[in-house]
Amino acid sequence: MSAIASGAPAGSARRAAAPHTRDRVLPLLALPALLFFVAFGVVPLIGVLVLSFTTWDGIGEITFSGLTSWREVLADPQLAHGLWVTFQVMALSWLVQTPASLLLGVFLAGHQRYRAVLAVIFFIPLLLSSAAIAVAYQALLDPNFGLGAGLGIDLLVQDWLGDPKLAMGVIVFIVSWQFIPFHALIYQGGVRQIPRSMYEAAQIDGAGRVRQFFSITLPQLKYTIITSSTLMVVGSVTFFDLIFVLTQGGPGDATRVLALDMYKRGFQANLMGPASVIAVIIVLIGLGLALLLRRIGGASNPAASQLDGA
Amino acid sequence: MEFRTTTRRTFLGLSLSLPLGVALSACGSDGPGRSSSGKPTATIWYLTGQPAEDVRKGSVERFNKANPDVAVEVTLFENDAYKTKIKTAIGAGQAPTIIFGWGGGTLRSYVQAGQVDDLTPWLDQNPQIKDKLLESTLPAGMVDDKIYALPTDRIQPVVLFYNKRVFGKVGVEPPQTWGDVLELVPKFNAAGVAPFSLAGQSRWTNMMWLEFLFDRIGGPEVFEAVYNGEKNAWSHPDAIKALTEVQKLVEMNAFVKGFSSIVADQDADQALLYTDKAAMMLHGSWTYGTMKVNGGDFVSGGHLGYMNFPPVDGGKGDPSNTFGNPAQYLSIYSKATPEQKEIAKRYLASLVTDEEAKAWIDVGSLPVLKGTESLLEQSPDADFLKFTYDIANNAKHFSQSWDQALSPTAAEALLDNIAKLFQLSISPQQFADNMNQFIGK
Repeated sequence: MSAIASGAPAGSARRAAAPHTRDRVLPLLALPALLFFVAFGVVPLIGVLVLSFTTWDGIGEITFSGLTSWREVLADPQLAHGLWVTFQVMALSWLVQTPASLLLGVFLAGHQRYRAVLAVIFFIPLLLSSAAIAVAYQALLDPNFGLGAGLGIDLLVQDWLGDPKLAMGVIVFIVSWQFIPFHALIYQGGVRQIPRSMYEAAQIDGAGRVRQFFSITLPQLKYTIITSSTLMVVGSVTFFDLIFVLTQGGPGDATRVLALDMYKRGFQANLMGPASVIAVIIVLIGLGLALLLRRIGGASNPAASQLDGA
Repeated sequence: MEFRTTTRRTFLGLSLSLPLGVALSACGSDGPGRSSSGKPTATIWYLTGQPAEDVRKGSVERFNKANPDVAVEVTLFENDAYKTKIKTAIGAGQAPTIIFGWGGGTLRSYVQAGQVDDLTPWLDQNPQIKDKLLESTLPAGMVDDKIYALPTDRIQPVVLFYNKRVFGKVGVEPPQTWGDVLELVPKFNAAGVAPFSLAGQSRWTNMMWLEFLFDRIGGPEVFEAVYNGEKNAWSHPDAIKALTEVQKLVEMNAFVKGFSSIVADQDADQALLYTDKAAMMLHGSWTYGTMKVNGGDFVSGGHLGYMNFPPVDGGKGDPSNTFGNPAQYLSIYSKATPEQKEIAKRYLASLVTDEEAKAWIDVGSLPVLKGTESLLEQSPDADFLKFTYDIANNAKHFSQSWDQALSPTAAEALLDNIAKLFQLSISPQQFADNMNQFIGK
């Protein structure tokens, strides 16, 4: 909070120094981003909103049909199921990823050489495409030709992707495996921003490592946690590619998250109206969650805002 | 302050654009035009998967060599991905000149939207093309008595494959009736071999079981009632009986462990059969060629057995009936340029030749053309070819796969409910109730 208090006067001082040029240049600088945002964010969004009031098979004519699609989707038990599955993925992957990436980030924040080497190794999953990861895990987890069968380890010979509960667990595991490095990186940056003097003072007061972690590191990382959580939570609302390749939402509809339900309705069942309704619902949920997390974190925090863009 | 609000909006924008981005990424573009060589070019999308992939690429190469003034450009996709991609491309006005498909309900939706050309006048002017095609292949490419899609490729009935090595080891005989099937299941399970291989994640693979059980128990009339839009047709007592039989199989562990996560596009289901991990597999005849390529000496050593789906005791369906693809079908995109359409027609004509027929026979497939009997006999795969030829010709009903016959909307609902049925998460009665809502849609 103190950073903001001191930041504001500094900004106004600079503005006072060059009032005219700065006011003229700023909107220009925002223009490229704005154009992209309008073209790829706002325009498709309006398109989807309009489509949600139509009937269209994706091939023929688009006809307006008022609230038909909305009524159809809202009365469909699949929507509640999709919401529940999405929530499960969101909550479970947050619960797994946050502590793991927090601890890993703190560990990697040290400047020792071996930690730098480990940081590079940990980063590898993030470089792989989700589709490639999904195909690789599909092969590894195959109960007949996979890792377990190949090595003769019976414990690994499970119907990983064919049992509803296991499939959900596998998805949460792979998502976490893939994204923990990214969040660890955010935390690493956050930890390195904490002034050393705080730890030195704590040491003089006789605080141990654990106490330092809970009394200094964790509180200082509050905004980093909120940023990272926002990315996780909003990201899992729209999570699609890995699940699509790995399970197709199966077995049955056990892992059919909302985004997958949207895809299936739109591009497999040729029901663009109901698919657009789901898309609008996804947007609203993502928006609501993002705003909620910002509220929890206090409305303004420059450090977090900068990371949001990443 | 100004700066901060901007980032916040940008951030929200990022989160908003994600679901749309996903949707957009599904609509790639491969618009009409000219190839890099500058020649007038027609485009076509085909499926991956050997050995058919090479045959199709081969016919394009042959055409391009014989017609140096023009070109056909081919792009390949995986089966399940293609089905989605082509629909999206047609909707977006970005389809290839020549549209590959399976006829039936999907073709009907293209015709209703005016996206494919009527080929009847062209075929009337060129009777030698139509006369060379087997009659049984034409109906699935027709909508309202007009031909919108030309049968090509090969005839693919679904048959019951079995592994003779496994049958020998367990000491049992191939099933003659449905009762035999039910008796064999515990025997194979006791021997540690999966009775049936099944790529359940692809869903249409599970559907083949229902197609045959519906037919053998209740006759083709049960599904025809669904197709014709009769109210509550899925609740027919014979339909419920067939659905119950399938769930009985699942409960008996008749299908390989983990079947609901196996994908047909990766051919793991066939691998289970030729590596002796499964005893039987209900699948399209096209898998014969794939198993011949991938299965070592499994096919050439005579270890692969095949038969038509066995009859069900007391069932009404004729045991000669079969399901599958009467052919694959090529249509011409109505929004292609006249120049491209001309090339497309020349290409289609080049597929109705003995050369093309021979290419299919060479990979153990039954071509859609007449006058191939002598070629079939000379083939190293003569036994299998004769078997499929007899099935295709003697079948009282050679029905199209359900998911191709129905509209895309009804087909997706069907596949969805079939997956749940095999998962035992819905009962036969619930299946019927769910599907009755989609009749006529």
